[in-house]
Amino acid sequence: MIAKRMGFAAMAAAVSLGFSTLSVAADKHVAITQIVEHPALDAVRKGVKDVLAEAGYVEGKSLKWSYESAQGNTATAAQIAKKFVGDAPDVIVAIATPSAQTVVASTKTIPVVFSAITDPIGAKLVSNTAHPGKNVTGFTDLSPIAAHMALVKRVMPTAKRLGVISNPGEVNSVSLVTLIEAEAPKAGMSVVLAAATKSGEVLAAARSLVGKVDAIYIPTDNTVISAFEAVVKVGNEADIPVLAGDTDSVKRGAVAAAGFNYYDIGRQTGQMVVKILKGANPGDMAVEGNAMTDLYLNMKSAKAQGVTFSDALISEAKDIIR
Amino acid sequence: MSQIAFLGAIEVGLLFALVALGVYLSFRVLQFPDLTVDGSFPLGAAVCASLIVVEVNPYLASLAAALAGACAGMVTAWLNVRLKILHLLASILTMIALYSINLRIMGRPNIALLGETTVFSPLENLDMPTYIALPIALFVLVIVVKLALDWFLNSEVGLAMRATGVNPRMARAQGIHTNRYILGGMALSNALVALAGALFAQSQGAADVTLGVGVIVVGLAAVIGGEAVMTTATVFRATLACIIGSILYRLAVAGALNADMLGLKAQDLNLITAVLVTLAMVLPGVRMPFRGKRKGGMTS
Repeated sequence: MIAKRMGFAAMAAAVSLGFSTLSVAADKHVAITQIVEHPALDAVRKGVKDVLAEAGYVEGKSLKWSYESAQGNTATAAQIAKKFVGDAPDVIVAIATPSAQTVVASTKTIPVVFSAITDPIGAKLVSNTAHPGKNVTGFTDLSPIAAHMALVKRVMPTAKRLGVISNPGEVNSVSLVTLIEAEAPKAGMSVVLAAATKSGEVLAAARSLVGKVDAIYIPTDNTVISAFEAVVKVGNEADIPVLAGDTDSVKRGAVAAAGFNYYDIGRQTGQMVVKILKGANPGDMAVEGNAMTDLYLNMKSAKAQGVTFSDALISEAKDIIR
Repeated sequence: MSQIAFLGAIEVGLLFALVALGVYLSFRVLQFPDLTVDGSFPLGAAVCASLIVVEVNPYLASLAAALAGACAGMVTAWLNVRLKILHLLASILTMIALYSINLRIMGRPNIALLGETTVFSPLENLDMPTYIALPIALFVLVIVVKLALDWFLNSEVGLAMRATGVNPRMARAQGIHTNRYILGGMALSNALVALAGALFAQSQGAADVTLGVGVIVVGLAAVIGGEAVMTTATVFRATLACIIGSILYRLAVAGALNADMLGLKAQDLNLITAVLVTLAMVLPGVRMPFRGKRKGGMTS
């Protein structure tokens, strides 16, 4: 019995290890959280941090920077939200939907800037994007799907059937797939969907499209992007061009993408954070979206996946990977 | 650790205490290793959120969530006792099926409840801040559930259920229909887990299909951690241990979130949590080397 009581004491001692916090003498405090470590989300975080540094908010000097990842666990995300609200920073940045929702549920006063969220109204983070009104604003990563569908046709003018791989469990992807199903027919293509609920299932999903599609389009889906090489492998084997919604994937083997990269999204999110640090009211700041559509091409993949780019396309490209 | 972070840990700990009680019922009382909870937790959230957004009374929605969880538990039990599928595999089958079912129920991967009327909405009208009111409300609820469960497990039906777990052959010899008790016990277990999922979605602002990730791990850690810090000779103490274990686990997570002064970074979170829980379980043994053979905390 005594030993069991000691267990309490030991637990209390172990927990109290984490009680005292390091305090940095800083003018401003920015706390940032993301649901999971992931290349795209990490790039957003880096973009935010770089912009803050350029604006004079340097970590450890004039800025206290707190970062926590929920490591994929929503209950942990809820606790991170509580910790941040308790620490009362100047701005909380929340990357990806579950993290943003737990933060917004936990505070009605601390300014919150969300990022990398496709549908902030559907996620009930804001009630309207032009003038959010409360303590929340942010940056959406909604892809310009109509432009992407047009790009598919420019890369592969004969494409009639477009394969799309996504995770039906990702709220962002579901919004994108709905848009694709509306926009692809306007570009003269039918849509063939393949689902991958884990990155381990991406290869099988890509293989299931062989023979059924003329081109594959991968939206900004965290699960599929994690295993993007598997899609490229199938594209190379079966001579199916693979296009992506984000430009980072072109380096990984997509033939082309006209979109944004997540680092730029992070930078633009960071600019919103800087405005709030300088006194702007998040309720007055419209939710911003990406206007940049830089074209990236990959010549090696074009050869492997059996497409030739028109001269017009090549001249428009911002970067060509050879 | 700030007061809000501390109370937040208590709040999430109390929510997961319901999961721990459910896991205690399956793992300890019925000796049925049940992974269904990874599916029934988001199932509860999905059912509750889907009903709340179509303006169903949140109390009814939470009740419906618990009933849905009970159905999920019965499916697992049925796969086991009728189709003779190994209990572990039966629960895995239900768990993975529930992923698709949860997507079907919600129609999308995430339903936001921010700004909706939930069972916790009345707390916003109180004089105290919600971060204090919410843990108090949950504490009352968890204690009521715990006492009801204690009463049930000491009733005639409950005793028969415990006998089913401890020695099914003997129980059958005494005229106990063990299959029925497995079905009923698994239903009750998953009803508690689904109720926890429903309350979690309402307090945290959204139901998400990924809510279930690692729920069983947390539930087990709470049950076993609770047993490690106190004796569990009676049902009363065993269920209390589940609640304490769950809160201690969340305090460990909160401690890990504040461990940045040790040079630890965000990616170390799960490791620190594991180390804190291990320390809490092992330290008493290190301090008391002269004490007698440790009794297993397996009493159900």
